[in-house]
Amino acid sequence: MSVKMSYSEAINDAVRQAMRKDENVILIGEDVAGGAEVDHLQDQGAWGGVFGVTKGIVEEFGRDRVIDTPIAEAGYMGAAVSAAATGLRPIAELMFNDFIGSCLDEVMNQAAKFHYMFGGKAKVPLTIRTIDGAGFNAAAQHSQSLYAIFTHIPGLKVVVPSNPYDMKGLLLQAIFDDDPVIVFEDKTLYSMKGEVGEGFYTIPFGKAEIKRKGSDLTIVGIGKQVFTAMKAADQLAKKGFEAEVIDPRTLSPLDEGTIIESVKKTGRLIIVDEAYPRCSAATDIAAIVGDKAFDYLDAPIKRVTAPHSPVPFSPALEKIYMPSPEKILAAFQTMVGDRVFTTV
Amino acid sequence: MQAGTETSYKEMTVDKAKWIYQKMQEIRQFENAVHEIFEKGEIPGFVHLYAGEEAVAVGVCAHLTDDDKITSTHRGHGHCIAKGCDLDGMMAEIFGRATGLCKGKGGSMHIADVSKGMLGANGIVGAGLPLAIGAGLTAKVKKTDNVAVCFFGDGASNHGTFHEAVNMAAIWKLPVIFVCENNGFGEASTFDYAAAADRISDFAKVYKIAGDTVDGRDLMAVYEAAGKAVDRARKGEGPTILECLTYRDYGHFEGDTQTYKDKEVQEKAIAEDDCILRFQNAVKNTKLLTDEEISAIDSQVQDAVAHAIQFSEDSPFPDRSETTTDVYVSY
Repeated sequence: MSVKMSYSEAINDAVRQAMRKDENVILIGEDVAGGAEVDHLQDQGAWGGVFGVTKGIVEEFGRDRVIDTPIAEAGYMGAAVSAAATGLRPIAELMFNDFIGSCLDEVMNQAAKFHYMFGGKAKVPLTIRTIDGAGFNAAAQHSQSLYAIFTHIPGLKVVVPSNPYDMKGLLLQAIFDDDPVIVFEDKTLYSMKGEVGEGFYTIPFGKAEIKRKGSDLTIVGIGKQVFTAMKAADQLAKKGFEAEVIDPRTLSPLDEGTIIESVKKTGRLIIVDEAYPRCSAATDIAAIVGDKAFDYLDAPIKRVTAPHSPVPFSPALEKIYMPSPEKILAAFQTMVGDRVFTTV
Repeated sequence: MQAGTETSYKEMTVDKAKWIYQKMQEIRQFENAVHEIFEKGEIPGFVHLYAGEEAVAVGVCAHLTDDDKITSTHRGHGHCIAKGCDLDGMMAEIFGRATGLCKGKGGSMHIADVSKGMLGANGIVGAGLPLAIGAGLTAKVKKTDNVAVCFFGDGASNHGTFHEAVNMAAIWKLPVIFVCENNGFGEASTFDYAAAADRISDFAKVYKIAGDTVDGRDLMAVYEAAGKAVDRARKGEGPTILECLTYRDYGHFEGDTQTYKDKEVQEKAIAEDDCILRFQNAVKNTKLLTDEEISAIDSQVQDAVAHAIQFSEDSPFPDRSETTTDVYVSY
């Protein structure tokens, strides 16, 4: 059975499912309940986060388990790490992933390291929910897609759901996973509707989804760039080229096998990633494929990414900044050569 | 500033006095041994010794059970011992051996034993403060009467995490005791230079929680103040900042030339204001322990430390496969 709901509602549903299933699950972050100690907000009407994603959860579970924190990311993130290490399963919301600068130590040096540094004797079942993504005219400090930073760090798992169904299943997997997991919520997807399974279900990490089959080109789209890839694939189909579109769903672990098998079939790879290009997920996937499937490549691997610059504010500039189907087509053209592309 | 009273010693049980003395001796002899072995070049990496500050770790941990949690610092050996970590496992960890408490993968700066409530020494100054409130939050959410103790240095009091953590512990009335080991130095810089505040415990007033400054070389002063703080925390009466004025007998790290220290002050502190000597004198004067009992503990600890060294030297290094194990619970 499935039900239609938005990406945002899928998150809300997943959190509720988890909190009903296990009383050790708590939700903690800035205004996740929304308006602590404001009398008229105790029972209803509380914010539920800046985008209202967790709205209503405090009404069901109370303020002992839905905890508004001061605006002090290092403090509450560190608390969440240790709460996880001492018996709770916290879901900590980092309002925007851009704020990681205020609590990177807690994630990078504490959460990610405990299990290893302590010889496997401690575990940190922490889920960090955080908002990423450009396209909202939110400018350079509220629009980044920083999943590569976390993918770089051993001990962390990184999840980049592109649709409501995946969001719910992957978030539930994250919450009941015994390692620290960071789930990226693209703010431009919150209102996107889709079919979501009812009740409790999980989607395993490290299993990419092939969104579209094809034999001429593999396109890996990260997060919402799956949709840019799909649009490009439609346009390529009109020109006689069938692209296979892959949504990796998690960057750590990464389903290398599905990507490599696809490239072995198509001989061409484009990675679409709205993050900065240097030391990025796109660059990482390109390196892995270059290393493990070089002999199968008919053309250089192309990355369609943001330029190496901060996210601009002006809508006119931000549009140019983002990957687009046109940029994917242009990249493909360089891979197949003008003659082939234009004669179709 | 409060000092321990003679009455307090008379109220202490012999068993408690023996436990306290043994733990202080374990820390002192363990650290002195590590100092000597490090000088010989047999210990890898960075080592920060706790000698001189024993009364703080022991005076506080004397009130804790294995279910209570502590967070620690880069200078964590003393906290580990006071919280009940195994000396063999600790020494082997410092030696980088497979039999170490963390299988040789953590080392001196990351010794942990979660089963003892020891959430790890920590290589990042100020990191333990938010971690301690997390353990306090777990106790609150699970409605246990456990407490969390955060040991931190005067250097960390200048870190943002101190203020974030104390504020959150205060607004949520968490069962956390913030124990500042004010040894007068953050690395090489003095407390007077690096901190604008006169006393770390002064922040208690700002955050509207309990606060106290005690002579951290006086076991009984620490023990009594910590007892009150732990008691308050267990009753749900919220956090405390307990500042313990102490002295770091060795340098910031082993190999530190300590040129920034006043030699006269150091010699006087070690000769006249040593926490172990002061405790010995107090328990003898109050007839809590006899010379014979003290000597027996001294030699018992000497054997235990010698055993830990031998155990470590005899232990194998970790298998190369351990390089990539324990990164994830599952991946």
